Amino acid sequence: MVKQALRWALVIAVLLFLYAPILTLVVFSFNSGKYMGNWTGFSLRWYVELFNDAVIMRSLWITLSVALIAAVVSTILGTLAAAGIHAMKNRHANLVENITYIPMLSPDIVTGISLMLLFVFAGIKLGYGTMLLAHVTFNLPYVIFSVLPKLRALPQHQYEAAIDLGATPGFALRKVVLPQIMPGILTGLIFAFTLSIDDFVISYFTSQDVSNLSMTIYSMARRGLSPKLNALSSIMFLTVLTLLIVINVRSARQGKKETV
Amino acid sequence: MADRIIELKNIRKSFDGETVLDGIDLYIRRREFLTLLGPSGCGKTTMLRIIAGFETADSGDLLFEGQRINDVPPYKRRVNTVFQRYSLFPHMNVFDNVAFGLNIKKMGKAEIARRVAAMLEMVGLAGYEKRQPESLSGGQQQRVAIARALVNEPEVLLLDEPLAALDLKMRKEMQLELKRMQQQLGITFIFVTHDQEEALTMSDTIVVMSRGQIQQIGTPVDIYNEPANAFVADFIGESNLLEGVMEKDYLCRFAGYSFPCLDKGFMKNEEVEIVVRPEDVDIVAPEKGMIVCTVRSIVFMGVHYEIMLEGADGMLWKVHTTDPVEPGAVVGLYLDPDAIHVMKSSDEPLASEQEEMAALEEEEDEG
Ligand SMILES: Nc1ncnc2c1ncn2[C@@H]1O[C@H](COP(=O)(O)OP(=O)(O)O)[C@@H](O)[C@H]1O
Ligand SMILES: [Mg+2]
Repeated sequence: MVKQALRWALVIAVLLFLYAPILTLVVFSFNSGKYMGNWTGFSLRWYVELFNDAVIMRSLWITLSVALIAAVVSTILGTLAAAGIHAMKNRHANLVENITYIPMLSPDIVTGISLMLLFVFAGIKLGYGTMLLAHVTFNLPYVIFSVLPKLRALPQHQYEAAIDLGATPGFALRKVVLPQIMPGILTGLIFAFTLSIDDFVISYFTSQDVSNLSMTIYSMARRGLSPKLNALSSIMFLTVLTLLIVINVRSARQGKKETV
Repeated sequence: MADRIIELKNIRKSFDGETVLDGIDLYIRRREFLTLLGPSGCGKTTMLRIIAGFETADSGDLLFEGQRINDVPPYKRRVNTVFQRYSLFPHMNVFDNVAFGLNIKKMGKAEIARRVAAMLEMVGLAGYEKRQPESLSGGQQQRVAIARALVNEPEVLLLDEPLAALDLKMRKEMQLELKRMQQQLGITFIFVTHDQEEALTMSDTIVVMSRGQIQQIGTPVDIYNEPANAFVADFIGESNLLEGVMEKDYLCRFAGYSFPCLDKGFMKNEEVEIVVRPEDVDIVAPEKGMIVCTVRSIVFMGVHYEIMLEGADGMLWKVHTTDPVEPGAVVGLYLDPDAIHVMKSSDEPLASEQEEMAALEEEEDEG
């Protein structure tokens, strides 16, 4: 019994430690007063102000449009890349696969600075376009990572069986291969969208004169904390959290299906 | 000529510099049950895939009813394939799997339903339309795969070791059923197997292959009784293989004695290979035998005994007979002239030797 209680106490302590900052943030985003640490009553005031702030709305638009375009583009490219890797001979496939996964492990700041240097070196003006390109780049390995296992799990000769039965290559891909790897493609898409919404460091280094939500929060916070930022951060946190839960539930469900 | 539905002319194929098909010449008659037989890795699957259109030959011609089809894509060929691992579409139920080809042909719904039902009936799966493939046993999945191919009424059905994954009883059952379907539908079957017994029971024609080359083409009886060389003799059924010389027409010499035989047309003292089937050797009293042997072991095999005997020269003989003998007994072996098959010497390594070589190469690769 004592052991049990201790175990729970530890779990709660860890969770508190992890989530206390975010909880504080969320709670105070509903504060009617202007000052942190001084609760003056519940209000949606800061949320209303948030949606009336032109700068923030502009960066929200940038965040969403970049995330959406980058997610779609990287999902298409990543799926094609996964198909290419899947078609390679084992030895080459392993090599290429590992090379594509390295960027997932390298720190954002390295990715950000190196992309910036590349753009500057290539004479591309930093802005919305470069931010978008950067997002496509860092999303790619995650899409490949989601799609490749689905391709590998395909039963042998699926594509060949389809064209053997008279399907053109396009028809075989649409009706036989795509439906079976679609769960992986969707996971990749949501993954890419989430990472894109979430990103600060790489966007910060690869753009100029445009700023997405996290960049706006950063620059506003330097000028003094406004409770509006609490509201904004709460919304972003909840969005990303929801998306992550969706991804996890999806992969858990698929994992279960495969073991049946 | 007219009844040759498929012809392969000097087909060659190599992968990464390794020759896999080394000048294949073969024709397949309409309505024939033809089996490609050979040890694993001899190129059977590759040959089938070239006929299906999944691979293209490096050189040579592939003819379908006299037309060259080397460059015709698989979806335009009037052949269908049954894969070794069934390869059913897991996201479709049994009905949709079987209807796949018909849907592509844009046939009417009612007609599709009728044909699918008839085909499922024929493979013994009536009423399974709504089942998912994964809920079926291996044998049932294979039946669906066969139905999915046959419903398209192909001219030729290609089957790549379709029974290899089934257990023995199911395999025997499916052998008979496949043969029945082939005769009932009058479709040409090209069947791949490495199981010589399967080939002997099912085929009209057997093509024995080794290392990308055809060793012999013939009926099961021809192949069994008149193997073209030691490789075929060894691969088809059990046999005693000996080296000998042809002393003159109708007389050969091996194991230290001369024996009358039925073969002629060799050069004087030409080196030959001799095959004697275990069931063709008679065990007799020592003084009546042509060779005197000691019984080393005797094992009951269900129908017959398998007896191992050792000759004075150390040569081991395998004999199948229904009359048991005592281990250690000294007996005579009698060989009828038609028990002795004389073949030209070939350098083709036996299947067992090929396996050893492959294993050695693998070790070298790993080391
Ligand atoms: N796509 C391929 N790439 C490289 N080598 C191959 C390929 N397909 C077959 N091979 C090689 O060709 C040889 C013959 O293979 P296969 O036709 O499958 O033989 P079988 O079906 O008689 O066992 C084998 O050594 C195999 O490794
Ligand atoms: Mg094979």
